Amino acid sequence: MFSGNRGLLYLLPAAVFVVLCGFLLRGLSLDPALVPTALIDKAVPHFDLAPLDSHSAPLASADLSGEVTLVNVFASWCGPCRIEHPLLMEIAEMDNINLYGINYKDDPAIARDWLTELGDPFTRIGADRDGRVAIELGVYGVPETFLIDREGRVRYKHVGPISEEVWSRELLPLIRNLRE
Amino acid sequence: MISEIGHIALILSLTIALVQGIAPMIGAARRDGQLMAIGKTAALLQFFFISIAFLALMNAYVTSDFSLANVAQNSHSAKPMLYKIAGVWGNHEGSLLLWVLILATFGAAVVFFGGNLPPTLCARVLAVQAFIAVGFLSFTLFTSNPFERLFPVPLDGNGLNPLLQDPGLAFHPPFLYLGYVGFSIAFSFAIAALIEGRVDAAWARWVRPWTLVAWSFLTIGIALGSWWAYYELGWGGWWFWDPVENASFMPWLAGTALLHSAIVCEKRDALKAWTILLAIVTFSLSLLGTFLVRSGVLTSVHAFATDPARGVFILAFLVVVVGGSLALFAIRAPQLKSGGLFSPVSREGGLVLNNLLLTSAAATVLLGTLYPLFVDALGIGKISVGPPYFNTVFIPLMTPLVVLAGIAPVLTWKRADLYGVFLRMKFVAILTLLVVAWCLYETWGGTFLGTLGIGLSAWVGIGVLVDMGARVGLFRDPIRVSFSKAMRTPRSIYGMNVAHIGLAFLVAGITASSAWRTEVLRVVQIGETVSVSGYEFVFHGVEKIQGPNYSGERGHFSVNRDTRDAIQLFPENRFYPVQQQPTTEAAIYTGWRGDLYAVLGEPDAQGGWSARLYFNPLVSWIWLGSLVMALGGVISLSDRRHRVGAPHRIMSGKANNRVATNV
Repeated sequence: MFSGNRGLLYLLPAAVFVVLCGFLLRGLSLDPALVPTALIDKAVPHFDLAPLDSHSAPLASADLSGEVTLVNVFASWCGPCRIEHPLLMEIAEMDNINLYGINYKDDPAIARDWLTELGDPFTRIGADRDGRVAIELGVYGVPETFLIDREGRVRYKHVGPISEEVWSRELLPLIRNLRE
Repeated sequence: MISEIGHIALILSLTIALVQGIAPMIGAARRDGQLMAIGKTAALLQFFFISIAFLALMNAYVTSDFSLANVAQNSHSAKPMLYKIAGVWGNHEGSLLLWVLILATFGAAVVFFGGNLPPTLCARVLAVQAFIAVGFLSFTLFTSNPFERLFPVPLDGNGLNPLLQDPGLAFHPPFLYLGYVGFSIAFSFAIAALIEGRVDAAWARWVRPWTLVAWSFLTIGIALGSWWAYYELGWGGWWFWDPVENASFMPWLAGTALLHSAIVCEKRDALKAWTILLAIVTFSLSLLGTFLVRSGVLTSVHAFATDPARGVFILAFLVVVVGGSLALFAIRAPQLKSGGLFSPVSREGGLVLNNLLLTSAAATVLLGTLYPLFVDALGIGKISVGPPYFNTVFIPLMTPLVVLAGIAPVLTWKRADLYGVFLRMKFVAILTLLVVAWCLYETWGGTFLGTLGIGLSAWVGIGVLVDMGARVGLFRDPIRVSFSKAMRTPRSIYGMNVAHIGLAFLVAGITASSAWRTEVLRVVQIGETVSVSGYEFVFHGVEKIQGPNYSGERGHFSVNRDTRDAIQLFPENRFYPVQQQPTTEAAIYTGWRGDLYAVLGEPDAQGGWSARLYFNPLVSWIWLGSLVMALGGVISLSDRRHRVGAPHRIMSGKANNRVATNV
C-alpha cells in the first residue's frame, strides 16, 4: 500500500547521485587553480584592515597604488601556505616588489609565531579575522595571491601556492611588463 | 623486454576480465554450471596476469630502467631500495596498477574462500568484480599506461618526492587500497544479491568477513597516513581535513556503518535494503575518492599529477558503476521483504542510531569536501571550507555516537529493558564521573571540550570492561568458572569490545592532543634550556650530515629525566638535490603520557637556531587506538561462525526472501 511513496524513497539515492554527477562534470571543466576573478583590471575594492599585531603595519586599499604590489592571502592553519612560504621569502628579497599579506581567519598570536618560525616576508600585514575583506576580494581559498598595478587595479590572481614555475612563467613577466 | 611482457599481461588480463564479467552472469541466469565455472578460472588467471604486470613494473623500478617514462619520472638510481620498491605505487600509473592487483587478489580470494557460496551468487559476485576490473584496467591501459617507453632514454630519473620517501608512506597506499578495494567485494555481493533478488541472514554472514577485512585494512591505512603527516610534515598536527584525507575518511565512516548494519541483517533479518545501500555507498565513496584525487577537481597538497582526460574517464566509470547500481537498487530494493520487528530501545535500535550518526558524518564530510565545488559550479561565488567547519559539525555528531558505543554491549536484541540498562550502566556512570572530576581538577581553567572528550573515552572504556566482567562473572563466580565462561564467549564479542576499547584510546588521544598541546617557538642558543610543559629541553648544537641522496643539518636536544637516562632528540633538515626540495624530519620521543616533538628551523645571524618544541599529550594513543580497532576487526573475523559455519539457506518458510513477484 505504500508502494508509490516507498518506490520514490528507494529512488532517492540514485537521484542524489545524478545531481552530484552534474556538479562533478561541471567541476572537470573548472580549474580550481584558475579563477577568473571578476576583479581583473578593476580597482581593488575599498578596505581598511588593522595590522596583524604591533610588529606589522596595517593594510588598506589605499596602500595598493603607486608601485606594483603582490598581496598574498595566507593563514597559519593552511598547509599549502607553508609550501609556498620559502618562495615568498625569496620574492621579498628582490628589489622594489611590494609584498603585502592578508592574514585570513587566523589567531594573530599563532600567525605571528608562524611568521617568526618561517620568516616574515611582508612589509604590511592586515588581519582579516572575520574574512569580510576576503569576501570583497573574492578569495576562493588560502593561499591566494593578487598582482596589483601602479594604479591600484587587480591585474592577475593566482589561487593556491605559487610555484617556481608560476612565478617565473606568469608572475615575473607580468610584473616586468607592468613596470615598463 | 620484461616491461613488454608486463604490458601484454595487462592487456591479457583486460580480455580475461571481460570474459569473467559476461560468461558467469549469463551462466547464472541460465543455471548453466559450466558457464558459471568460467568465472572462477578467469578470476585466478586475472590475478596471475596482473601479478606478472605488477612484478614487471617493480622489476623496472628495482633495476632503474629509465627507458620507461614512468620510472624516469618517479625514480632515481641513488634511491634506497625500499623507496625504489615503494616508488612503484608512489605515482598515478603505478598506484592504479596496485589498485587492479588488489582487486584481482580479492577476486581470487573469493574463489578460494567462497566454496560454500551458492554457485549462482558466487558467479554473479565474480562477474560484478570483473566489471569493476574492466573499468580500471581500461583506465590504466588507455589513459595511464605505466609501461610507456621513453626515447631518448635519460641518464637518470627525476626521483621520488622526498616527502614520500618514508617508511610510513611506503606502506600507506597498499593498506589504503586493500581497504578501498576490499569494499568492492561487499559491493559485488550487494549487486549480486539485488540481481538474485534475495537478501537474508546467510547473505549478511557471507558479506561480513569481507567487510571486516576491508575495514581493518582501511583503518590501518588511514592511521599510517595520519602518522606520516604527523612526523614527516613537521607541523605537529596529524589530520588536516584535506580533500585527499577526506576521500579516505568517507568510505571509512560508511564502511563502519555497514559493519554495524550487517550485524542487524544477519542476526535479526532486518535493515536489508539499508545494508545493501550502505554496501553500494561505501564502495561508491571509495570510487569518488579516486575521482577527486586524480581528476584535479579539488586542489590538495597530496593530489597526484592531475589530468582532465583522466577525470572524464573516471567520472564516466562512476556514472556507470554507481548510477547503474543505484538504479538497480531503486528497482529491486522495494521488493525486499523486511524481517524482524524491534522496539526503539533495543540493540537494533542502537545500531540504527549508530548508522544514522555515521552516515550523517559521512555526508557532512562529503558536503564539506565538495562545497567549494558546488558553490563554484553554481557560480554563486568562491568559498573555502577549512578545519573550522569540520570541527564544528563533527563534535556534535561524534559525541552521541561514542555515548552509544558505551551502552551498546548491554542492549539486548528486539527489546531492551530501559530500567535494566540504567542499572547496568550506573556503575559505569559513577566511574566515568570520577574520571571527569579528576580531569577537571587536573586541567582546571582549560577547555571543557577536553574534559568532555576524556569523559566520553572513559565511558566507552569502562563500559567495555564492566561488560566483559559481567559476561564472565568476574568476582561473582569462582575463577575457574569465569575462565571457562571467558573461553566460551564468542570471538565476535571480543572483537566488538576490543574495537570499542580502541575507540576509547582514539577519542582520548584526539581530545588530549587537541586540547592540551603545548607549543614553544623560539630562537635557541647552544647550551640554552627551554621549558615545555615541565620538560626541560637543552640545546646542544647542530652538525652537518650527508645521507645517501640528501644532505642537511642535524640538531641535538636532550631532555633530562629524574630516574632514567636523558631523552636525546635529533631533528633534521634535509635537502634533496635531485628534486631541489627541502624536508623537515621532526625528532619525536613517544611516551605514554605524550610525545616530545622537536623541529629544527633556520639559523639566525647571532649563532642561534629557531626551533619549535612541542609536548603533544597522548597523541600516540590515536594510532594505538586505530591499531586496536583494526585488531578488533581481525578478532571478530576469526569468529567461529565465519570459520566453520558454512551457513545454509533455509529454502522454505519465513526466512525465504525471494522477491515476491506481485508486491
